[in-house]
This record gives sequence, C-alpha cells and structure tokens, in this order.
Amino acid sequence: MSDTINTKRAKKQQLGPYGHVGRALNELDDRLGVAKGGRSFLDKIFPDHWSFMLGEIALYSFVVLLVTGVFLTLYFIPSQAIVTYHGSYLPLDGQKMTEAFASTVNLSFAVRCGLLMRQMHHWACDIFIGAMVVHMARVFFTGAFRKPRELNWTIGVTLLTLAIANGFLGYSLPDDLVSGTGIRIAYSIVLSIPVVGSYLAFLVFGGNFPGTTVIPRFFILHVLIVPGIIIALVTAHMVLLVRQKHTQFPGPGKTEDNVVGSPMFPVFMAKTTGFLFVVAGLTGLLGAFAQVNPIWQFGPYVASRISYAVQPDWYMGFLDGALRIWPSWTFHSFGYTIPLEVFIPAVVFPGLVFGLAYVWPALERKVTKDTASHNLLDRPSSRPRRTAAGAAVFSLLIMLFIASSTDVLANFFRVPLNEVLWAMRILCIITPLITYPVTLKICRELHAVKGGGQRKTPNVVSRTAQGEYVATPAPEYVDDVPDELEATEVPKFITTPTDEPVESGVRVVDR
Amino acid sequence: MSDSKETRTPVSVAGLEHDYEHMEPAARNPQLVERVIAVSLLVGMVLLACFGWAYWINAQPWKLGATMGGGLFFIGVGLIAWGKYLMPKGPFVEERHPFANSDEDRDAFAAAIVERGGGVVKRRKLLGGLLGGGLGVFGVVAIFPLLRSLGPLPKETLQHTDWKAGTFAVDSTGRRVQVGDLGIGSIVTVYPEGLQDTDRGQAVDQTVLIRISNEDFTTQKGRETWGPKGYVAYSKLCTHLGCPVGLYEQQLQLLVCPCHQSMFNVTNGAIPQFGPAPRPLPQLPLYIDSSGYIRAQGDYKVAVGPGFWERK
Repeated sequence: MSDTINTKRAKKQQLGPYGHVGRALNELDDRLGVAKGGRSFLDKIFPDHWSFMLGEIALYSFVVLLVTGVFLTLYFIPSQAIVTYHGSYLPLDGQKMTEAFASTVNLSFAVRCGLLMRQMHHWACDIFIGAMVVHMARVFFTGAFRKPRELNWTIGVTLLTLAIANGFLGYSLPDDLVSGTGIRIAYSIVLSIPVVGSYLAFLVFGGNFPGTTVIPRFFILHVLIVPGIIIALVTAHMVLLVRQKHTQFPGPGKTEDNVVGSPMFPVFMAKTTGFLFVVAGLTGLLGAFAQVNPIWQFGPYVASRISYAVQPDWYMGFLDGALRIWPSWTFHSFGYTIPLEVFIPAVVFPGLVFGLAYVWPALERKVTKDTASHNLLDRPSSRPRRTAAGAAVFSLLIMLFIASSTDVLANFFRVPLNEVLWAMRILCIITPLITYPVTLKICRELHAVKGGGQRKTPNVVSRTAQGEYVATPAPEYVDDVPDELEATEVPKFITTPTDEPVESGVRVVDR
Repeated sequence: MSDSKETRTPVSVAGLEHDYEHMEPAARNPQLVERVIAVSLLVGMVLLACFGWAYWINAQPWKLGATMGGGLFFIGVGLIAWGKYLMPKGPFVEERHPFANSDEDRDAFAAAIVERGGGVVKRRKLLGGLLGGGLGVFGVVAIFPLLRSLGPLPKETLQHTDWKAGTFAVDSTGRRVQVGDLGIGSIVTVYPEGLQDTDRGQAVDQTVLIRISNEDFTTQKGRETWGPKGYVAYSKLCTHLGCPVGLYEQQLQLLVCPCHQSMFNVTNGAIPQFGPAPRPLPQLPLYIDSSGYIRAQGDYKVAVGPGFWERK
C-alpha cells in the first residue's frame, strides 16, 4: 500500500507540477511555441456587459445551422426531375413533383428527427439573421465601428448580406409552391436590371424561368460556396476581435488603454459554452413546438399555380414591402424598357441601404474629422446625429417590413387595401422624417439635464452648529461599493521557484 | 466538501498565499448556488437521456425536440450559472497596446515593398509588362467558361410565347376547351395544346380564359375580333414580377395578383387598376373554329410577364 503511494508520488514528481497536461503542453510548445501566446489567449479579457452577447447568439445559431444543415444534406435530393410521390404523407400520394420537394417531404415524415432538424434549421436561420441585425445595431449606436475597427464592421456588413442571400437560397430549395413563387420573383428582379438583366437572369438560372438547373445551383451555393465564405469571414471577424481586443463602455477603472472584465479561461469559456447550449436548446424547443414552413401544406411548385397571403421569411420583408408600395412608374422608350417599378425598390434601394452601411465609418470620420482610435464606447445619446440617423433608417425598414403584409392588414382590420397601401406609403415617408428630429431632440435633452444618464445619489442633509440645514450629495451609492472591486491583472498562478522546490509535493501529502 | 473559502476557490490550489478577493465566487451563498446548478445539470442529463429513448421508440417530433432542446437548455443554464456565480468574480484588467509601430519600422516595411519589389519590376519593364499582359488575358478568357457556360443567351425567347395561329387552348389535363364549356363569369387556365405539362407551357404560355358574356366582347378599340362569344384570354403572368395572376374577383371583373396585389380589369383590356404593375396583361386574340373549339389567332402582340431591358 505505502509502496504504491510512493511510486505514484515519484511518478508525479517526475512529471513536474502540472502532471500529464503539463507534459503534453510542453511537447506541443517544443514543436509550435504556443506557451506564451496560448497563455495570453487564455488571459484575454471579455467585458461583462450583456450587449456583447448579441454577437454570440449569431455565432451559435450559425453553429446550429451548420450541424442541422449537414443532417439535412444527407436526405435532401437537389434535383428537379419529376417523380410521382408515394410516401408516408398520404394527402400528396400520387402527385407529380420534383425530387427536391419529394425528398423534403420524405425527410420531414419518414426520417427520424428529420422534421425536427428541418424546423430547427429554419428557426436557427431566422434567429441568426435577427441576432446579426441587433448586434449590428449595438455596434452602430455605440460607435464600436470607429477606428481601428472599420474593417471588422465591413466584414460584418458583408456577413449580413451573405446570410440574407443564403437564407433566401435555402428557403428556395424545397421547391414548394411558396418558395417557387419566391424564385419567380427573384428571377424577375434580376431581369429588371437595365442592359444586362436578361443575360444575367439566363446565366444565373440557366435559361428562361424556371429551367431545370435552379435547384442544383442554389443547392451548391447554399451548402458549400456561401457558407464557406461565411465561415472564412466569421473566422476573420474573430481573429480581428482578438487582435484588436474588445471595446468597452466607460466606467470606473476603464480607460482607452485597457479592457476590464472576465478572463477567457475559465470564466468566459464556461459562460459562452453554456450560452451555445442555451441557444441550441431554445432552437430545439422552437423546432419542437413552433411549426415553421409546412411545405406539405403548400404543395409542390407549379408555375401556373399560386398561394394566397404568404409572406417571405422576415428578413426579406423589407424588400417585399418596398416592392408593394413603390408606384408603378416604368420607363419605356426607344424600343427599350427599364422596369423602374422593380429596379428601384428591389435593386437600387437595398443597394443604397447596404452601401450606406459600408461607407458609414468613412462618412462619419469625414464629417466629424475624428481620426483618433477609439476603444471606449459612446452612449448613444452622446452622439445625437448618428443615433438619429440610425434610428431613421431602422424606422424606414420597419415600416417597409410592415408594408409587406398590406393584404393581411387589410383583411385583419377590415379596411380597403387601397387605404392600407396609401397609409403605408405615407408612413414610409414621414416616419423617418419624424424619427430623425425626435431622436435628435431626445438625445440632446438627455445631455442637457445635469447628471443625465447617471444614477442619482441621495442627498445627505445635515444640521450645522448654527442650526442651518445643508444638503450635500452623497459621494456614491452605498450599495455599489462592495460589488465593484478595483480591476486587477489575472493572477499568474505560477508557483514561484523558492528554496523549497518540493512544495507542491508536500501539499499533496498534506491533503 | 469543506466550508472554508480557501478550498472552494482555485487560489489555494494554485498555491497563492492568502485571500484574494477577485478569485472568490460572485455568489453570496455558493453552496446553495452549487445545488441549484447541480439540479439544472441533472435535469439536462435526464432530458438528454429521454431524448435517446424517444429517438429509439421513434416518438413524435415534438417529444424529440422537447427532450433534446430542454436537455441542452438546462445544461447551458447550469454552465452559465457556474461561470457567472461560482468562478472568480474579478474584475480583471488587461492592458491594451497601440497597434502603430515606430516610424522606423513602418519605413522599413514600406521600403521593402516600394524599393525592393518596385525596383525589381522597374528594372525589367518588359518582363513585368508581359507577366501583367498574360495574367490580364487569362482574366478575360477565364470569364468565358465561368460565365458563358452557365446558360444560353436570351435571344428572342423572352419576346414570344408558344401560342401560334390556330393553336388549340387546352386545360391542365390537356382537354381542348369548347365554346360550351364555360358559363358566364367562369375562368380556366389554358395552355397551348401539347405544352400543358411542360415547364415552358406552365411558366411562359399560361393564359387565363374568362367568359365575360354570351356575345362577342371587345375589351379595347382594335380588338373587336379577339373575344368571340364573350371569351377573352389574358396572359396569366403579372407584368410586375411574373407571379400567376391567380385570383379572379367575379363581381368587379378584376384579376388580382396575390403577390403584390396588382389588379387588372378584364373588361377593358386588363389595364392595371391598383398596385405596382406597370402594364396591362397582354391579351391573346381568340377565335372559335367550326367545331366550336377555342383557338388562338396568333401570338401575343407584346412580350408577356415582367419588364426587361430589350422589351419592345
């Protein structure tokens, strides 16, 4: 018995203070020299503010997308060959449909977990893009895009564009009646581009609509090319984030030259891994309880059939709304046509919105003549014009989103469609025009108030010897004091080499 | 498990001497929090085991999702709580170092590119030009297989449909439509005979046939012979974005596109009454042959469907 202990201890001492893990790390360091960089990576500080979690939602819903997406590719057949359905969903029995639609119905009903994976995939996509938009709004309104982070902002805007495009591609793949109509609309939008539109449409879709190559092409774009670019850009986004370190809100002990928060390992890693599980879990619960895109109810796509009162996924809503409310002005002259009624709302307008997002950092630098690097975030109210401009653009996009359901609104409120349409046209113009000055005013008022934006401390009233009452503001919140320690460097956890080199061994015996 | 703070935190494990408040857990009552986290992780584990069982017996999708989603959720909550309440509360700080290097380093970097690299090219202008030319030629010719192979050129395909003089109008089953088939106010989607099951027939040639009255019907000046016995036919492709104009409002004689609510009045040549559609639906000239079949006098006079640059 005592022999075993002695042998174990001897072996332990031989391994050094950090045991097998330490040995393995040493072997790795011999070959790659990772010890120093690895340590500082583990010590990387993450700010504790909740708003830094929004990007994590996007990242983790993307992980869910990848995992569920791989599952779906095992059963989905990207083919427009016509088959007669004889599967387990009896209402469609005997109908002719493309293999893409048939295999989607099959993977929903005949594959274990198939329907769950499909619904999780769809929900994860809706959450992914939603989280990206909210994350982008956080970065915008707090000025986190300023120098030195303009490049990462650009990558972020590109990621949003790609995610929306890939969402549309994936939505098209089942080849159901609703998604087929979506492809038809996308085809017409490409067709509307002056001069090159018809050529572009024929090349992208392999001929006149619908052709037989749309689904295979969309498939390879959706599962390989676009996700590949997204993964590369997400990686770049993260690498830049680590290299440039996080921004942080101003606060006690926080300066332009430091980051205050929790270290990467183990605190942040525990929280963020837990968050991955929570996002995946909530997506699973949504997939279980909230039906989404029941394609078997829509039926297979037939070019001469159409469904009523269907909306695209939410992130396409603003485009659909713009197409609905834009007037029917067209250009036709000299034997040529420019379909302005499509080209402006569906090509020029989104181009302007995303173009504005791309150039905003440069634009703001030019207007404010601020070329310094910034690591401390702005309160939105302390940058009234930026906040007001962002709010105006968002209000316009929200109005357009609402406009994408004019027919549903008209039905629901029992008002004529014509009135809903005109109301939305007017709202789309006046809402941004009102939002801008109102936001500007609110921001300026917040700053005009003395101590605005700060919590107010109580007054301490005291009586002087002369009997005079004096009110003096208390220096700080009594409750706050115990929580806020002064930030300190992450301790090194290294047993300093002293005269007693066997200290760790001794401690083992003590316990 | 001891109550002493020292053994609860990594401080003592690491051999740091005394109390180090930053390394203490944030929770005021770590024991209680630990129990709550343990319950959460346990519930998660049990739910995930239930997921395995539900999968094994091929349970309904909602049971699969509830067990898997719930299991992951509870494990996640436990892990977050562990990180937030039981791990070192901090706050910790990290210094940030400016990115910009010294002027000397910057100059050295720029010099390497401009002087060393640029110098090499300047000295061999011919080689540089030829290399650039070769890559340029490749850039241009690479476009051909990458782009041009993707599809045919549009040519005239968008300008015409397959309706020709004398083409029989058939319904989706391929049955020829006869003059007695439709009552007043009835509507049917027709295709050129033989193309009713093809992509092009359904996507391009699709036409709505409406019977407006018993008499010959003129929708516009110059179309006096197009609507025999009250039968009028319009392209079913909306002129806005090409959705099928699938709704027929019989009382108001309107064809409605469900996509963006363009409305076309069928009695006056399908001029848009409402919505974003810029042009009327093209009308197909019809005649009724001696056997009573509905046939086309010829193709549409204008291109059907949404607008495009070459549209005349």
